[in-house]
Amino acid sequence: MLSAEMLASAIRLAVPVIITAVGAIYSERSGVINIGLEGMMIAGCFTGAAVAFYAGPYAGILAAVAAGAFFALIHAVASVHFRVDQIVSGVAINILAYGVVRFSSLSIFKMATTTPHVDCLPKVTIPGLAAVPWLEPLVSKVSPLIFLAFLLIPFTAWVMNRTVFGLRLRSVGEHPLAAETLGVNVYLMKYCGVLISGALAGLSGAYLSIEHTQMYVEGMTQGLGFIALAAMIFGNWMPLGAMWAGLLFGFAQALSLRVVTEAVPYQFIKMVPYILTIVVLAGFVRRSRAPAAVGVPYERGEAA
Amino acid sequence: MTNTTPVLQLQGITKRFPGVVANDRVTFDVGAGEIHAVVGENGAGKSTLMKIVTGLYPPDEGCIIFKGRPVAFRSPGQAIAAGIGIVHQHFMLVDAFTVAENVILGAEPARLGVIDPKTSVRQVSELCDRFGLKVDPAARVEDISVGEQQRVEILKVLYRGAEVIILDEPTAVLVPQEVEELFEHLMALKGQGKTVIFISHKLDEVLRVADVITVLRQGRVVGTVPAAEVTRERLAEMMVGRPVLFDLKRGPAAPGGVVLSVEGLTSVNGSRAVLDDLSLEVRAGEIYGLAGVEGNGQTELAEAIMGLRPVTGGRVTLLGEDVTNLSTGEVRRRRVAYIPEDRHRRGLVLPMTVWENVILGVHRSPEFSRGGRLLFRSILSSTEEAVRRFDVRLASVLAPAQTLSGGNQQKLILAREFRGDPGFILASQPTRGLDIGATEFVRQELLNARDRGAAVLLISADLEEVLSISDRIGVIYNGHIQAEFGRDEADPRTLGAYMTGARTARREGGSVAS
Ligand SMILES: Nc1ncnc2c1ncn2[C@@H]1O[C@H](COP(=O)(O)OP(=O)(O)O)[C@@H](O)[C@H]1O
Ligand SMILES: [Mg+2]
Repeated sequence: MLSAEMLASAIRLAVPVIITAVGAIYSERSGVINIGLEGMMIAGCFTGAAVAFYAGPYAGILAAVAAGAFFALIHAVASVHFRVDQIVSGVAINILAYGVVRFSSLSIFKMATTTPHVDCLPKVTIPGLAAVPWLEPLVSKVSPLIFLAFLLIPFTAWVMNRTVFGLRLRSVGEHPLAAETLGVNVYLMKYCGVLISGALAGLSGAYLSIEHTQMYVEGMTQGLGFIALAAMIFGNWMPLGAMWAGLLFGFAQALSLRVVTEAVPYQFIKMVPYILTIVVLAGFVRRSRAPAAVGVPYERGEAA
Repeated sequence: MTNTTPVLQLQGITKRFPGVVANDRVTFDVGAGEIHAVVGENGAGKSTLMKIVTGLYPPDEGCIIFKGRPVAFRSPGQAIAAGIGIVHQHFMLVDAFTVAENVILGAEPARLGVIDPKTSVRQVSELCDRFGLKVDPAARVEDISVGEQQRVEILKVLYRGAEVIILDEPTAVLVPQEVEELFEHLMALKGQGKTVIFISHKLDEVLRVADVITVLRQGRVVGTVPAAEVTRERLAEMMVGRPVLFDLKRGPAAPGGVVLSVEGLTSVNGSRAVLDDLSLEVRAGEIYGLAGVEGNGQTELAEAIMGLRPVTGGRVTLLGEDVTNLSTGEVRRRRVAYIPEDRHRRGLVLPMTVWENVILGVHRSPEFSRGGRLLFRSILSSTEEAVRRFDVRLASVLAPAQTLSGGNQQKLILAREFRGDPGFILASQPTRGLDIGATEFVRQELLNARDRGAAVLLISADLEEVLSISDRIGVIYNGHIQAEFGRDEADPRTLGAYMTGARTARREGGSVAS
């Protein structure tokens, strides 16, 4: 069961969760809960596929990133600037994105739920490694976005721990007033955090529609935005943790795709990865530690 | 008044909040290189004034002159850039960050946005050495003591090159030893040419370190005087507006039977014993003062008695009944009053209203509810009465508890806990952070309760408090009672020696005098 094909499949399924979860880290570390990730992924999926259809996959991916960031901007304006409850704003983004996408799909392609087939990015093969038989499915003809997803892990860890930007971003999520009194621009950092999370959610959507399925299909995100949020929490707000959580989910899903049995209805088998992910990771969540001020709206000049 | 030139001049600063003038035409000068104390009761407007000076609030009127030039900072960032830094009453530290990260935040030593952790740790430890502030730059803030956290705040200000350093009530959170260290640091800062503005309402401290003292009352400057020319009594009178009695009404104790008995209590935290074979007895009609440097098991003892912490060995007996490891509710039902050390976290639910806080825990009593329905008329009249009896100053019993000042919050807790004449009172740091008036009030209430026959266990880091109202005194060190004294046998030097572990004593049965 634990073949290289299986592993490759698990990774392919884990990638959207990992990219979105890493994005969520930026938002949460700045103190903003982004429950609108699902909507931002939907926006990325559709925009990516639609633009790829007319202008090719590269433009599609860029457009998807922009679309995710656009919806994130709405979330940021509402929750950071106007201090709307972050959960409410996020839920609104999910509903809004769904509606906008359906409407756009109808008006552009005269189809509510799908786009036509699109081209994906050229697949990558790592020359030397592909010769090793056991590794072959993992390193030959894979989407370049998979490599990008795994590069995001150390990169994000580095940004958070080694850069001025990361330090300030984290300080804003922990103790915004302290940060502000030291001259950190709290709003700016929160905007950055939310926008980065939206951009990555959009990228993750593009991966789904352009790279994975090569078309947009309504409902293709399947709640992955929420799973990503869970993975980020289980991963203790750290990229490496989010990666393992994402891989666990991908693995469970890959497994469920291979279970074919008459005895259990297919819908139940599809549920298993979600339930398994939650149950297995719930064991870890007790040790996790959220940014101290996450979810709390910050008002400038609100002195202690 | 001073022979130095003023570095900071406040001229006619006025600040109004809805319903209150926090600062009313405040005018005084701070001389360069001096330690200038600003004293006043809680609510006198000290913090507001300092927030104006450091750009957190704009003044409604008046101007600030810094080094001869008028300034109007619009943010604390601008103030610190100009050379005025503040250590707030409530620390502004990121608990999850290291000391060094907290210090450099906002002014990071970086190349192209990349921080070199080694450089920042080195810079911070150099700063520590230069000003004699001992703290580990690589330690996480949540793991260090309150005294060390304060040093981190001072380091933050020094790191940014401040010339004027403001400390808002810096001693409120410190134990006596830490206060000593802080004063040494302040002297060192002064020695290096820095100007220190020191906010306090503790007059002994102010008289010890300050060169010049400005007294605020109800937002106005009552006077600015050299510390050498003023007495504690005179300062207190300026501050409160009437002569202050420093002696409490305190009759002789008439101890009765044992109410609380703690025998061989042991409790572990991880692998460390936080309570180590601890035994003590408190009798009806006496105040047993537990002295000790914080972190020696006082918190854990209170928690163990109140059923908030599991006990691994020994017994707690209340009026002959074993209450070891009972739930808090079961302990409290035995006429126990508990004044927790952290009134914000454990004493009150701050966002809830005053009346809700007053009935909290007794909301099920037939007086207040019937069949799950709250009886508002009875609750409100009972709350009004409690508020009146304990002189809680508030706008409305319908207001959230967080709108009350610290002293009034503490009185509110007393109002709740002293209902129905408790037989045993556990008072943990009951006057921490309170002003003279409220402190006097709380101590007098404890004495009154003792005169009514209550057994009082007073846990306090304030040695003066322990000495002034206790009938017997025990010293806790490393989770163990090292020595016990009768009221007249104890003196600060001896207690101090046991508190720091310089002396340890066996304790066999009766009290060990020294
Ligand atoms: N942000 C605020 N909003 C409204 N009232 C305030 C605010 N800050 C302080 N006050 C009021 O101003 C007065 C002075 O408060 P403060 O400066 O904190 O006094 P102190 O520091 O001397 O104890 C108090 O009556 C307080 O309730
Ligand atoms: Mg104050």
